[in-house]
Amino acid sequence: MSTVPDNLRYASTHEWVQVDDDGIATIGISDHAQNALGDIVFIELPEAGAMVNSKDEVAVVESVKAASDIYSPVSGEILEVNEALLDAAETINLAPYVGGWFYKLKLIDASELDKLMDADAYVEHCDAE
Amino acid sequence: MGQHTPLYQKHLDAGAKMVDFAGWDMPINYGSQIEEHQRVRSTAGVFDVSHMTVVDISGDDAKAYLRKLLANDVDKLDAEGRALYSAMLNENGGVIDDLIVYRMSFGYRIVVNCATRTKDLAWMNSHSTGFDVALVEKPGLAILAVHGPQSREKVCVVLDQGQLYPVKTAAIKLLANFSGVELGNWFIARTGYTGEKGLELIFPEKEAPAFWDKLLAAGVHPIGLGARDSLRLEAGMNLYGHDMDEEISPLAANMEQTIAWQPEDRDFIGRSAAVRHRAEQAAGSMPRLVGLVLEQRGVLREGQRILCDNGEGIITSGGFSPTLKHSIALARIPVNSHSCQADIRGRLTPVRIVKPNFVRFGKKVFE
Repeated sequence: MSTVPDNLRYASTHEWVQVDDDGIATIGISDHAQNALGDIVFIELPEAGAMVNSKDEVAVVESVKAASDIYSPVSGEILEVNEALLDAAETINLAPYVGGWFYKLKLIDASELDKLMDADAYVEHCDAE
Repeated sequence: MGQHTPLYQKHLDAGAKMVDFAGWDMPINYGSQIEEHQRVRSTAGVFDVSHMTVVDISGDDAKAYLRKLLANDVDKLDAEGRALYSAMLNENGGVIDDLIVYRMSFGYRIVVNCATRTKDLAWMNSHSTGFDVALVEKPGLAILAVHGPQSREKVCVVLDQGQLYPVKTAAIKLLANFSGVELGNWFIARTGYTGEKGLELIFPEKEAPAFWDKLLAAGVHPIGLGARDSLRLEAGMNLYGHDMDEEISPLAANMEQTIAWQPEDRDFIGRSAAVRHRAEQAAGSMPRLVGLVLEQRGVLREGQRILCDNGEGIITSGGFSPTLKHSIALARIPVNSHSCQADIRGRLTPVRIVKPNFVRFGKKVFE
């Protein structure tokens, strides 16, 4: 069974978002997603400073199985990307919710979070796939 | 639900992620494909390939029949147990399947691909007319491939335990590459699909679960089909339905060496077409299967276009090489191409053309 932390919001395309008190969102992919992709070997990340809209393609994950687009679950300005992943993409497999985060952004519309799923809804979504 | 090998429950017990493979439920990995790949390169791993099809061929004309059926020549098999890799061609010189044929005490044993089983059997039966041969499919057998630098020693340790197997390990230790030995109802050969030393064991399926347990207890790791594919790709070995098929000449699939052109009067099926293909190759109009290397980030994948100085080609197999830590591929490209670029998701990326053989015995082998 994959891990689905209660404190995150989830997109149907399997990205997770965690928002701190300052409105900074951290984005990654779920344990379910990394498990489905298999061993991840390379990642392409967005540029810090870029403005992205929700559902934009912001990153690419190359696993032993396939190349997969990663969609931003929320809109905002990218503040920081996790450059450590560029040389250690397997961190996404090992720790999808901790060391495997992709980027942080400054939220521009907190109401977008309401359109994402909570943990219970996301578990149901994965089961239905 | 698909078909199950005798080790289906053992795969589940080992934590396998199961996938459909040509109608069979097979393990794609047991957690990490890359870890499994590295186990085979560094120690020893076991693959369940019991889904593959075994056909035993006996009768006075068995040799004459196979000399007609196969592009390689079973006359080269000068002793029992010897193995030969061959294409089975259609009249147009396309590849119906690739296979291994062993010379056995009773005649010959052929192991063909699982996905091509039905058409292979139909083809083999339809061309047996006029020959005194019996073709018998052997579904009750397990096939395990144990590969890696420690594979032979670990298999011998298991076979030596107790009196469970009618097998003399001395005979296995003496096996030359591409040869095997029949020991009771077991057949054990030094063949495989990884570029490492190893054995393939064909034996009664009821004995498979206990033997599997003993292999794992001896430190042999279960390996899924995912790592099987990345291992064979590093070894530059073709995969049927990807690197060649019925529309592809063996000359466009790096299989020239598996066609026995001599003696000239051996009339194997597809010979006249293959001779024409050879003329096309000499004239420069037959594409060739090459190796590609991408030393920067990114992954070459099957189906990606290759733009060469001399025309366009396509990747037939591609992926990440766990040994080399970058991507490699097999691609069919126009002859006399010297530089090329891969179209990776719309981005043209320079790749290097090399001989289609990347890793042997754990080491990089191309320049």
